[in-house]
Amino acid sequence: MNGPNVTEEPVRLEGFGPKDLYQRREKIFTRFVGGFFQRLRFFTGWPLLTGYFLLPWINWGERQAVLFDLPAREFHIFTLTFFPQDFWLLGWLLMIAAFGLFTVTTVVGRLWCGYTCPQTVWTAIFMWAEQVAEGPRHARIRLEQAPWSFEKLRKRAAKHSMWIGFAALTGVTFVGYFTPIRELVPDLTVFEASGWAVFWSLFFTGATYTNAGWMREQVCIYMCPYARFQSAMFDKDTLIVSYDASRGEPRGSRKRSADAAADNLGDCIDCQLCVQVCPVGIDIRDGLQYECIGCAHCIDACDQVMDKMDYPRGLVRYTTEHELSGGKTHWFRGRAVGYAVVLLVLMTAFTVAIFSRKPFEVDVIRERGELFQVNTADQVVNPYSLKVLNKTQGPQRYTIEVVSDLPLTVERSDQLAASLASLAAEVLDLPLILSAPREAVALPTVPVTVRLCEVDSGHCDEEQTTFFGPVQ
Amino acid sequence: MSSGWSWFIIIGTMGSLIGAAVFLLMNRHTSGEETTGHEYDGIQELDNPLPMWWVGMFLLTIIYAVGYLVWYPGLGNIKGTADWTSLDQWQDEVDRHEARFAPIYTKLAAMSPDELAADRVAQQVGRRLYLNNCSTCHGVAAQGGLGFPNLTDDDWIWGEGFDAIKTAIVGGRNAIMPPWGAALGDEGVANVTQYTLSLAGQEHNADMAAAGEAQYNTLCVACHGAQGEGNPLLGAPNLNNNIWLYGGSPEQIAFTIRHGRNGNMPAFADILGDEKAHILAGYVKSLSQQ
Repeated sequence: MNGPNVTEEPVRLEGFGPKDLYQRREKIFTRFVGGFFQRLRFFTGWPLLTGYFLLPWINWGERQAVLFDLPAREFHIFTLTFFPQDFWLLGWLLMIAAFGLFTVTTVVGRLWCGYTCPQTVWTAIFMWAEQVAEGPRHARIRLEQAPWSFEKLRKRAAKHSMWIGFAALTGVTFVGYFTPIRELVPDLTVFEASGWAVFWSLFFTGATYTNAGWMREQVCIYMCPYARFQSAMFDKDTLIVSYDASRGEPRGSRKRSADAAADNLGDCIDCQLCVQVCPVGIDIRDGLQYECIGCAHCIDACDQVMDKMDYPRGLVRYTTEHELSGGKTHWFRGRAVGYAVVLLVLMTAFTVAIFSRKPFEVDVIRERGELFQVNTADQVVNPYSLKVLNKTQGPQRYTIEVVSDLPLTVERSDQLAASLASLAAEVLDLPLILSAPREAVALPTVPVTVRLCEVDSGHCDEEQTTFFGPVQ
Repeated sequence: MSSGWSWFIIIGTMGSLIGAAVFLLMNRHTSGEETTGHEYDGIQELDNPLPMWWVGMFLLTIIYAVGYLVWYPGLGNIKGTADWTSLDQWQDEVDRHEARFAPIYTKLAAMSPDELAADRVAQQVGRRLYLNNCSTCHGVAAQGGLGFPNLTDDDWIWGEGFDAIKTAIVGGRNAIMPPWGAALGDEGVANVTQYTLSLAGQEHNADMAAAGEAQYNTLCVACHGAQGEGNPLLGAPNLNNNIWLYGGSPEQIAFTIRHGRNGNMPAFADILGDEKAHILAGYVKSLSQQ
């Protein structure tokens, strides 16, 4: 490609002095807008919010239904209890989340960002509180520019109280996923909660207050990695919020009664409403920009203006690059189908893995001190440590079976059988001694399978180990 | 640490901190227009200032480092105002756990041996104490090994019962069998070996055993007894059964007679304390009760 020769004409940005390379943040005052997509956002945001706040209060049996008990290393999700041994499942879950985002982004763009991301949902709540305390956009701009007065102090105090209150609810609820919330909340109100619970409640309160109150679009623009890497998933058939320049240009203000065609004007009346409602402070008419979170505020704003002007809706609309350039959108394309197939496979595997999870886990650890013993009865003896992890919330009893090519005997098997019973979430640790007549042990190492079956459910788990004998 | 090394560390640490700060501040203001002189394929690198947030974070880390060095020992031999040591921190953690588990130990330590054997928690605590302190020698399944007694059988070298076990754990045991090779000679060792086998009811050469009996009655009888019944007071094993601490083949027995044996069980009083020793003794006793 033949580009301009940069060595002759160094890149100079107009008006940028040495210090101007630091971009100043321009405070964004968003204008409230209703409309179809904002109602849609309402119905996606509220269930998520209520779910977040109510979930820790639900009980299941005698304990909190969703509780991540870090000190005990037990993670309860309704009927299921997970242990650190199940950590690999989290890996699957994260892969599912990743491919879920890939699939959704490829097909419908930044749906996650605009409708469901906690940053967006919480920011929406905080903006609503701002509007309640300080009034609509023009009033807020005036308030910002006004000198400090009692009135300004009162409005600001009201806003920040609401913010901190909602942030505190959020923070305490978050901690309530990790420490029983029905104890945490009363303890906090009488100042008897543990130091760490208080610390983390304050931490997440502060984080929510800062993120949703002060940082807002800065998080999406500068901090969020997903916001950046999802542009890699976009193609010409991805759903984007876009201004139809061919229809809108040349833009210009006009009277409602004016004949746009006669004045050589497009449909855009340049009312700036789409800019004023934008929570990330961009002008959608400048084309697709990485700041755009796909929240559709500008669509709703523009549709209302189009209605007033008696123009057809959709000057700013959900569309694709192909459609904008006069082509058709291909919904079923390799990339989208590929992501969806991977996602489906992952989800199926995950579901199978969750529901075929063994209710207990067996581990057999060889004696570390010596390989084997030969006792006075001329038997080869191998000692092991037998560990059984009960992964359920009730007691279990097991039967043991040792499978091997050797005629192995379980020493003191009556005592072992009597001890093979565990309580909920308990780790049994029992001695296991296997022996075989010396003349039968022809090889120095023989594989052994120790198989435990739970008496009530019939579930079995087995562990491979080795029986060592003398070299003949 | 010698003062030379101490100064080496102080100068190195402070030097790099101050150096980093000076270098950072020197680079804060640049033209933003001139290039660094680096040019590849026609692409020039502009001499832009560092991002403000980045400079701020870097300065914060330097301030943090200064605070850290005042508070913690980081500068050679200077101890820091917090008087922190890793040993103290370890001791704190030990104390905290001791305090947490103390009520459990106290409750279990008040139980009788039979109660300990029947109590689920006592068994589990005992098992863990056993694995941490005893299994290295006596094995994960308490099966013992060459030179380390089997704790699951009925043969107790130092006497049976809870008290004898607890005494062994608390105070340790020392058993010494002297070497008899010089006194007996090769033939004597062989004969006494056969006699020992006969005491245990094992296959033996009757003539040699008869020859060894006299020597046994002179040299071995004091500890192992007239009938080979052993002596728990001395830790002299019973020779009447087929249980052998150091192996029961004729070669192994002959080796023991010729060279003697030196059995040592360390004392765990300082490591465990009385309460844990009590729980552990209960667990060990329960191993042989089935």
